[in-house]
Amino acid sequence: MAFVELKDIWLRYGGAEGTLALKNASMSVRDGEFVAVVGPSGCGKSTLMKAVTGLWPPTRGEVTVAGKAVKGPVGIVGMAFQNSVQLPWRNTLDNIMLPLEIVEPHASRLHAHKSDYVAKARELMGLVGLTGFEKRYPWQLSGGMQQRASLCRALIHDPKLLMLDEPFGALDMFTREELWGVLQDLWMARKPTVILVTHDLREAVFLADRILVMSARPGRFVAEYNVPFPRPRTLETTYLPDFIEITHMLRSLIQSARQDAA
Amino acid sequence: MPWMVITGFILVWELICLIFPIKTFILPAPHVIVQSMITWWPQILENSGQTLFTTVVGFLIAVAFGLAGGVVIGSSTLIYNGFYPLLIGFNAIPKVAIVPILVLWFGIGTVPAIITAFIISFFPILVNVATGIATVEPELKDVLRALGASNRQIIMKVGLPRSMPYFFASLKVAITVAFVGSIMSETVAANVGIGALMMAAQGRFEVPLVFAGLIATAVMGIMLYVIAETIERRVIGWATRGINGPGSV
Repeated sequence: MAFVELKDIWLRYGGAEGTLALKNASMSVRDGEFVAVVGPSGCGKSTLMKAVTGLWPPTRGEVTVAGKAVKGPVGIVGMAFQNSVQLPWRNTLDNIMLPLEIVEPHASRLHAHKSDYVAKARELMGLVGLTGFEKRYPWQLSGGMQQRASLCRALIHDPKLLMLDEPFGALDMFTREELWGVLQDLWMARKPTVILVTHDLREAVFLADRILVMSARPGRFVAEYNVPFPRPRTLETTYLPDFIEITHMLRSLIQSARQDAA
Repeated sequence: MPWMVITGFILVWELICLIFPIKTFILPAPHVIVQSMITWWPQILENSGQTLFTTVVGFLIAVAFGLAGGVVIGSSTLIYNGFYPLLIGFNAIPKVAIVPILVLWFGIGTVPAIITAFIISFFPILVNVATGIATVEPELKDVLRALGASNRQIIMKVGLPRSMPYFFASLKVAITVAFVGSIMSETVAANVGIGALMMAAQGRFEVPLVFAGLIATAVMGIMLYVIAETIERRVIGWATRGINGPGSV
């Protein structure tokens, strides 16, 4: 049973003459699956995120999440972006707890059960290696630390679906590889359904169960690939011949997708 | 340091008046102004009180309307684009030109002074709050909207706190121009207030008293500015993180 399902989605921005961002895009993601979406620059990956989360309704076609047609923001989703967008007037703990103030049933329980929720946030912070940074403000954290906080914020309300839009795109390679491990641990511990949009093919192969390749704009899915490596994967995995071969193959798929567009 | 600059300024002024034969009714020396201040102290105090009252009332109304208007205008692109030209137009009108109209409507005295202070200080507050709210990062809006946040929640959790640095920056401008507004109104149409006092003194060629009025205004302006700044530092210490916040890791 598919948890997220897109059927022949068309999405055009700004009226009939606007940019066609998605054309005939179909995909389906199983419950608890980790899917990565890769594709050439400007292929509509971020638009895909908006369609799935209900932030931007498709022009044609239907999106289903958890068995229900998406009509508006879905609520059971956690999001993280390349830009971690923390609130500078809140310390890290309060930033992470922000979704709890909005999502029900947490919002109405938060006041009475504050200490339980704080304990939960601290536990999550421990998992990503942020213990001791609770009272720090975002500008006092490094990029990698901010991104860890961003992951915690995306997960604090136990979302069924985690949408990640190039979350590690702005980080240096070493920090990025470290956070791959952190994200994998989080996923294995909680098993949310994850859709990860990325430019980094190694990242996609390292993290995902299945990789979807998009065409150049207007975006649709042109190929998919199941990643065979057992978990937990380690950095050693990334040096296996198979791993390199898969990234190489993805690279040429995207190359040809770009040329088709040109 | 500021005290040294002020003292130096007064010293130079005194010296210029000493060295060059400047008549008192052109530019009175500081010590003459001080004498005049002492002589007219009760009057200066009473009229300053009136001016302070009209200014603060006009300013507070401007804060209330500026905040509310800024939230409304900043939270909708449609309203923003629709109302902005009208607001710019209003702001371009010299406020001196409005005072006679206000006198026609409300008579002379306290009410036109309050309204002029309000009109002149309203605009910077509104524009700044609207800017702060309109420029919330789209990603942040997406995060909250995807969680099912209402527009009201987005404004309360993000828009308003985020616009606070803009708001306080505008308060510091607004409080000083509020004085300009009320005193302008008093010089045109009032019997009490620092503006009226200065006009009366000017009519009698009591130039030192005119200057005493100017100084009283400056002192009140600085006072309110300092209050605004103190509140600012308490509320939005996070925005000046680089200057006086704890260092980064």
